[in-house]
Parts: sequence; C-alpha cells; structure tokens
Amino acid sequence: MINLEWFLNALTLGSLCALLALGLVIVYGILKLVNFAYGELIMIAGYTIYILSTAGALPWLVMAVIAVLVAMVTSYLTELVAFRPVRTKSLTAMLITSFAVSTLLQNGALLIISPRARAVPLPPIFSQSVTILGADVPWRNILTIVTSLVLLALLNLLLKRTVLGIALRAAADNFNMTRMLGVPANLVISSAFAISGFLAGVVSLFWIGRTASVTPTIGAAPLLIAFVATVIGGMNSLTGAVVGGYVYGFLFSLIGVLLPQSMLDYREAFLFLIVIIVLLFRPEGLVRSKTTGERVG
Amino acid sequence: MNTASKFTNWLVQNSTPFILAVPLLAVALLTGAINNLLITRIITVLFINLILVISLQMFMGNSGILSFVHVGFMGIGAYVSVLFSMTPEAKTATLPDLYPFLQPIHLPFLASLFIGAFVAMVLAAILTYPLMRLSDAAAVITLFALLVIINTVLVHYSILTNGPRTLFGVDNYTNLTNSTVFGLIAIFLAFLFKESPIGLKLRASRDDRYAAASIGVNIVQVRWVSFTLSAFVAGFAGGLWAHFITSFSPYAFYLTETFNILTMLVIGGTGGVSGAVIGTVVVTLVREALRGVENSINIAQVLPFTLVGFTEVFLSIALILILIYRPSGIMGGREVRWRQKVKSFEEPQEAEKAAGSSV
Repeated sequence: MINLEWFLNALTLGSLCALLALGLVIVYGILKLVNFAYGELIMIAGYTIYILSTAGALPWLVMAVIAVLVAMVTSYLTELVAFRPVRTKSLTAMLITSFAVSTLLQNGALLIISPRARAVPLPPIFSQSVTILGADVPWRNILTIVTSLVLLALLNLLLKRTVLGIALRAAADNFNMTRMLGVPANLVISSAFAISGFLAGVVSLFWIGRTASVTPTIGAAPLLIAFVATVIGGMNSLTGAVVGGYVYGFLFSLIGVLLPQSMLDYREAFLFLIVIIVLLFRPEGLVRSKTTGERVG
Repeated sequence: MNTASKFTNWLVQNSTPFILAVPLLAVALLTGAINNLLITRIITVLFINLILVISLQMFMGNSGILSFVHVGFMGIGAYVSVLFSMTPEAKTATLPDLYPFLQPIHLPFLASLFIGAFVAMVLAAILTYPLMRLSDAAAVITLFALLVIINTVLVHYSILTNGPRTLFGVDNYTNLTNSTVFGLIAIFLAFLFKESPIGLKLRASRDDRYAAASIGVNIVQVRWVSFTLSAFVAGFAGGLWAHFITSFSPYAFYLTETFNILTMLVIGGTGGVSGAVIGTVVVTLVREALRGVENSINIAQVLPFTLVGFTEVFLSIALILILIYRPSGIMGGREVRWRQKVKSFEEPQEAEKAAGSSV
C-alpha cells in the first residue's frame, strides 16, 4: 500500500538511516575503518537517559542533551584508547579492534547494568500524532524528519564553511597530503569520531523512541542498517552516505510492500544481498567520488 | 641419500604439526586417564574450538582477509549433520514440518559429519566465488553481510532448523576421543595446506597482491580454494559441536561465537598454525577459569547482583591490548619447529618475520 502514510514512514526511516550512515562514513572516509562499535554508541546514549531518569527528575530535553554528549565523549574515548594505537597497523588489526570495542561495551553494559531491557522515559509528544491529509502521522516521525534535515544542513555548513570542516573533507580526500599541509592528524580523526558519536547520540533518541526501552544489544540493528546504507550510497562520499540512507529507508519500506508475506521474514537477507551485489558490481556505490581509497599508514 | 635419512630430513622440515600435536595428544590421554567429567568437557571443547580456529586460520591467516562468515558455515555444518544423524522419532518431535524425504534418514555419526561439512563446502564454493575478487574493507563487509544472510535464513527456515527456537533431540556422539582425533587431523591439514603450492601462492598474494599477480598467481582462484577448504573444516567442526552440545539455536552461530574464535586466533597469531593452536589453548583455559570465577561468585552471592559478561569484558580488553602491543599475536606469525642444531623454539628466518608482520 503506497500512500502518504507509507511515504512518511519511509522518509522517517530514511532520515534516521541517513544520519546513521553519515556517522559511520565520516570515520570510514578518513581511517578506512568500518567501526563495529558504532552501534554501541546508540546503546550508551540510551543507558545515559535511563540512568539519569532513575537518579532524579530532570527535564527530558536536558537528559537528551547529556545523552548525546556522553555518546560523543565515548566515541572520542574509544578513538583515544583503542583506535589511535592500532591506527598505523594493518587494516585487519583496526577492524578487529573495533569488533573488540563493540563486544567490550556490550558486555560492559551487561555486567554493570543488566541483560534485561530497561525503560527509558520519553516526552509526551513522542506518543501523540497528528492528522495530515487524512493520514495519521505520529509526531515522532515529523520530529525525526525535521531534526535530520536541520542537522544535515548544519553539518553541511560545518563541512563547507569552517576550517575544521574543510580539514575533515581534505583528510577524507587525501589524508597524507592533508597532513603534509600542516593539519594535525589526531585533531582531524578525533573530531571525526566526535561527530560520529554526536550523530549516533541523536539517532539514539529517536531509535529508542520507538520502543521506549534500551538493552545491551540495541546497537546491532542500527549498525547493520548503517552498513547497508553506506555501501549502497558509496563508502567514500559523505553525500553518498546521506543518499544511501534515504535509499535504504525507501528500499526497506518497498520490500515490505512488495515481498510476499511468507518471504517477509527474510527481509534482512535481501537487504544484505543488495549489499553484496552493489559491492560486486558497483563498489563505489551510487555516488562516485574522486577518492582513491588510500589508507592512513 | 638413503630412505631413512630422507625421511628424517622431511620430518625435520615439517616438524611443526608434530611438535603441536604431541603435547595435545598427551593432554588428551591424560584427560582420559583422569576421567573427571568437568576436565573431559573442557578438553573436548578445546579440540572443537581448535578445529574452528584452524578453519579460520586456513583462510584468514594465509589470505590476509578478515572473515566473519566462518561461524555461519559452522552453523550450516551443524544443522545439516544433525538432520542426518537424528533418529526419525526425534525428528518428528522437534521438526514436525520437516520435508518427508528427510524424515526417515538416519545415518551414522561420521557419515553425517562429512555430509554436513560437504554441504557447507559446496555452499561456500558457490556463494563466495564472486566475493573473492574483493579485498580490504569491501571483502570484510561482504563476508559480514554473508554471515547476516546465513543467520537470517537459519533463524527463519523453520522447516529445517526449528526457527529461532532451540533444536533438541540430538544424540551426544562427540566425545574426547573423536574430537581429539579430528583436532589433530585438522592441525596436519592446515599445515599441509599452508605449505602446499596453493598455500604458498595465497601467502604471496597476502603479502603483496600486485607482485603475486604479476608472477602469475591467480589470486581469486587460490583464495577461493582456500575458502572452500576452510568452510569444509568449519562445517565439520560445527557438526562435532552440535553432537556435543545436543541442543542449540541459530543464535549460537552469530557474532558472539565469531568473537570467540577470532579472539583465539588473533591472540595466538593469525600467521601460522602454531598461533591458532596456542591461541585456542590459552583462550580456552582463561575463559574456563574466568567462567569458574564468575560462577562461584554468583553462587556464593558475594555481590548484590549476578555477574554476567565478565569473561567477555576481560577477553575483549586482552584482545585490544594484544592488537596494540603485539598485533601479530603470541606467536608473531612464526611456527614452532625443530632445528637440528638448536633444540628450541627459535628466531624465524627473515622471510617469515616479514610474513608475520601482517595480522
């Protein structure tokens, strides 16, 4: 059933995916690191809200801001402690490190908090909806779409108009040349991780808004989505990530409509099949970039 | 040179698997003599893990491509072997919707294991041939994608796997004896493969893709052969594991298990069979010790909450530290070997040192 409601749902999912994919690609573009620990940042933000809500009665917005900040700091710390020392080693070493960091954070949550789901408070607006042109649209979806668009616009400004943004884009294009021109490598990489954490934190608010609970393994699903979206869009381009995110949102919703009921369980398998096909026949993704795919050594 | 000295020479040149196998065999024999339930269980698990880690090493160590998917082929081997080894009555109980032609089949344990491994191998051969063209991050993501696909299929193919629910009614055929035998065979297989012409070509392509291609190595082909063979070993290990644990669900063959075998291989060192063996032994023992601590703390109720995930936290920190300070693992990509003059595990030749530098 393709109607306005379907379209808005797809757009909501697409917006979330675009932010997710962007967070993954901003690190990948510079380090060529597929960060498996990315999903855990979403979990961390969720648990931050949970812990804050048990500690005292803060307004939701304050808790949300703190949660995003904690995700940013965690992302930066993983870079500082785990990724920086292995950066100069092989790509495989870096990938395994990110897998280990992911396991560490997940099991850390198991150990410190609980394997069971924890309730996370939501603002009342998340459960209200509004009627637009006969379609029943939850406010959460509208907020997701608007927030994503605003953030994408702001990030665009940051990347195009500020020195840091230009350094980031230059580093993604040719990291060694950028370093030779005097841009400090650590600063660029740390900023990339912080932005990545920021995006994961924001996504977390809306992702958790769907279920109002957080578990240690909540990061797995968004991580897989980010993988699919970045590969479809193009791993070497920030624009590609955003395009890939929206394409994923519509593709996922389309498969939901087109696939017969009996095959719907295999939806994830189909999406990952698309990933493999894209990597085989158009490894540069939908949006081509000039980048060579050279790695930081 | 007479036959006897030729043989001695060969033995000295290929001493690695013997040096690795003898202590393991001794441990297995000792375990058999002690006949303690817990120790037997730990050593059996150790040998099953060993086969899995070796299967990963055969591909990852020689090709330099990080593979997340081996656990998926372990799962395929486990489910297929179980379908052939279960009694028809047990199948009716646990898999009521099973295809009628599979229903009456009841084969011996060994035949089921080989069928499971064979199916895993054939599927690997078909699925991964086009993927072997990819390297670096693209290869890692596609193999990861393949793991997700295999897991999704296992979780939802209820007719064959009982869906996300636990499959029960598997007979316990795996014991210390057969897991030891297959574990030792795997060591020899992996060593022979590594030293074979294909293994050599593959290692050349790992160290320098372009140089290897320029001297006529068909990289896609050697990677493919290695992957197919390693999937056979992974499937075999899956079958052994299934008949040891006797009830399991598809989630057993996903990221947690991937982390387990990857940790063993990386801590030991991916570059050689010795690394796989030593990593498996060290990590299995540490894991069991930590589990023991975790369980006794939980039982004694010293803490106000139950301890979960402590073992994984410890192992992931160990893994990160190894990657930071010794990225080529405990063995550093070397093999233990016997030299005629110096009887010790000694410094490798220059060429091997270079090979060991890649994780």
